Amino acid sequence: MLGKLSWSAIPLDQPLPMISSGVVALGLVAVLAWVVIKGHLPYLWREWITSVDHKRIGVMYTLLAMVMLLRGFTDAIMMRLQQSLAFHSQGFLPPEHYDQVFSAHGTIMIFFVAMPFMIGLMNFVVPLQLGVRDVAFPTLNSVGFWLTATGALLVNISLLVGEFARTGWLPYPPLSELAYSPGVGVDYYCWALEISGVGTLVAGINLVTTVLKMRTRGMSYLRMPMYCWTTLATNLLIVAAFPILTATLAMLLLDRYLGFHFFTNEAGGNMMMFMNLIWAWGHPEVYILVLPAFGIFSEVISTFSGKPLFGYRSMVIATMAICILSFMVWLHHFFTMGAGADVNAVFGIATMIIAVPTGVKVFNWLFTLYGGRIRFTTPLLWSIGFMVTFIIGGMTGVLLAVPPADFILHNSLFLVAHFHNVIIGGVLFGAFAGYTYWFPKAFGFRLHEGLGKAAFWCWLIGFYVAFMPLYVLGLDGMTRRMQHYDVPGWRPWLIVAAVGAGLILCGIVLQIVQLAVSIRQREQLRDETGDPWDGRSLEWATASPPPAFNFAVLPDVSGLDAYWGIKSRARQQTEADQGPEYRAIEMPRNSPTGFVCAFFATVMGFALIWHIWWMVAAGALGALATFVVFAWRDEDEEIIPAEEVARIDRGHRAQLSAAHQKEAA
Amino acid sequence: MSSVTFSEDDPHALGGLGGEGGHGSAAARVWPGPAPKRIVTGYGFWIFILSDIIMFSAFFATYAVLVGATAGGPTGRQIFDLRDVAIETGLLLASSFTCGMATIAADERNVIWFQLAMAVTGALGLGFLALEAKEFAGLVAQGAGPTRSAFLSAFFTLVGCHGLHVSAGILWLLTMMAQVFAKGFRADIQRRILCFALFWHALDIIWIAVFTIVYLLGSAA
Repeated sequence: MLGKLSWSAIPLDQPLPMISSGVVALGLVAVLAWVVIKGHLPYLWREWITSVDHKRIGVMYTLLAMVMLLRGFTDAIMMRLQQSLAFHSQGFLPPEHYDQVFSAHGTIMIFFVAMPFMIGLMNFVVPLQLGVRDVAFPTLNSVGFWLTATGALLVNISLLVGEFARTGWLPYPPLSELAYSPGVGVDYYCWALEISGVGTLVAGINLVTTVLKMRTRGMSYLRMPMYCWTTLATNLLIVAAFPILTATLAMLLLDRYLGFHFFTNEAGGNMMMFMNLIWAWGHPEVYILVLPAFGIFSEVISTFSGKPLFGYRSMVIATMAICILSFMVWLHHFFTMGAGADVNAVFGIATMIIAVPTGVKVFNWLFTLYGGRIRFTTPLLWSIGFMVTFIIGGMTGVLLAVPPADFILHNSLFLVAHFHNVIIGGVLFGAFAGYTYWFPKAFGFRLHEGLGKAAFWCWLIGFYVAFMPLYVLGLDGMTRRMQHYDVPGWRPWLIVAAVGAGLILCGIVLQIVQLAVSIRQREQLRDETGDPWDGRSLEWATASPPPAFNFAVLPDVSGLDAYWGIKSRARQQTEADQGPEYRAIEMPRNSPTGFVCAFFATVMGFALIWHIWWMVAAGALGALATFVVFAWRDEDEEIIPAEEVARIDRGHRAQLSAAHQKEAA
Repeated sequence: MSSVTFSEDDPHALGGLGGEGGHGSAAARVWPGPAPKRIVTGYGFWIFILSDIIMFSAFFATYAVLVGATAGGPTGRQIFDLRDVAIETGLLLASSFTCGMATIAADERNVIWFQLAMAVTGALGLGFLALEAKEFAGLVAQGAGPTRSAFLSAFFTLVGCHGLHVSAGILWLLTMMAQVFAKGFRADIQRRILCFALFWHALDIIWIAVFTIVYLLGSAA
């Protein structure tokens, strides 16, 4: 009846997972109870859960990422503590638990923090920057988000019911095969990623179509803000790379569930094929994460230098070059496989070539800053911190791209330090820059600057204290994923690294405090103009938060930095506040399709993990039925009447002119 | 900004970039704004099909790597029955033709021809699936199932993945027939018919690759 599931799946004898999942469960129950008691449930259902508004979905993606960041960071702290304690001892995490912790940390940070953070920001910003009312497929957008949430939920369920994978963030066979990982851990991993992978693919298709087909009048490709370009490149990569992940994990699942022989030791299976396939997805994935961050830095640096982006076209070319090159370097993840000197040399050189377009970008950012009227706001601090940090990470990357050096450093802590250097310094700093930069657009008030800066310094210094020792340890021969060790020389460095993790913790606490304080002081931090940073692109041309339809009248674009052009012209034209002619607007209707579909996907995923076949069938039928019901609905759009549009827009205009008068007075 | 001046007429040409002062959009042809829904939907679905083809290419690549890994079991030449495969191919190609007829009928808003053409398409698809099921069952019965060797794992997965797509296509086909029956040729249903047709033809393209790479090359070698 319940397949492999029984009471023994719940680790009652292990205090750590019980306590932590107890805390998470209590927190969830408390939030749910608060929502229900306060009567917020209908509001949440109507305005958020069933929303197909790209801005709401973007906010929910970002929120999911931030919550999962807490989970992933908890794992990180546990690992740093374990390694600083486990000298000649077992520390406090037994091996099978430690292995789950580092696997969960990597999986969560990549798939459920970095990915949703980036997709959330793109979702929120790109239609606004393109000057349109929504993404190409609003309901699918909601489906994509909720499927991502399903994946995150499954990973977290594994904390309490069963176990998570012990195979690292990429489940290399033959270790991940049934013979060596008989538990449900790898199955949790695979099904969570298969389901959330579908969500990511849907988001990718949606955003590619949006950028290519949904731009406002006059916005030709070379008038798009840089962030739209990097969004295009990223989502092209998603469309081209994620199907490979889906196929690869499907093969692993077939091995595990039906006794196939793709990657097994016997019957002709070839485990090196897994490495090739997974990195054919995995290397583009790195750029899927970092390209949107590059876009965010471009926007932030240009805005806070008060200058157009230097070398816009070279930036476009560099972005698209990275997009293509990222598919040609995957083998550098396993130089030690033994493909031979010639193959290794080709991939080593290809890898170094990627540093060229990246270098072009760095110089463009520097020249944008050069001679600008720089305002040192929090987003700009994140951007400058990024430039310094990312260059160090990039250089250690070029070092690792030299095959002979890689033979020494492969799977050492040097590698761990390198990819944290680029992912924290690149992706996460970018995410935080974007979060601070666009927060006022989303909620109508800015985040507290002082606390933001304090958080930045804790993160930056914490990062260096936590990860520079790992470079040293890697050169000293310490391999990654060690549950305990007996080399006395390593220990001081590991203690320093743990202190660094503590500093990062301070940064995270400060960010939470910043959010709470900003909400309390929202009246002082209010953004009345919709343009709190003196921005250059179209998202700043509408109110903060924007109305559901984004723009009362679709803007007409006649150049790069569209909003900057509008503002410059408006200063010359005095009759600018005469309102345009308003028309009724059609907007897509809210739909619970995404949520309901994800509910069935969760049921199906859980049932597949535990081999509860009747429940698998029920989940699949439910998901299919959801789509048929959705296809049957008669009205998919609702009309916002012209008077309503006029009322909202005139309100914004009145607020704007009041703010200008206050400024002038 | 750059001093290079290209024609501003074509939004796709390099140099649709106006300077900060703005040349204004005096030119006759500027990017006209968001595309109509039918274009957007079709375009997005093309992107999906591309991603689906990439998924198949991963299975094709795997098959190519594992084709020699028979582990002492049968090779392709010993198990492929080209006669049945030829019939399968014929059925699927014919179904693409009738699917095209259904598209024309939908454009003409002719319900009877649409339903007829869709029904024949579905029947041909089912015939294809029946032959494929027969082949698979036969192989499993003679001990050449997917667990026998890596080659057979790759073979069953690649061909079976295409078969799963055809099955999903038939489910979709039935819902489209039901939608047209219940709602008629509404604009959104027309868009779905367009997507369905794209999907069905794409499955044909993939089958041609399967037929060539798996069956023809496999029987020759």
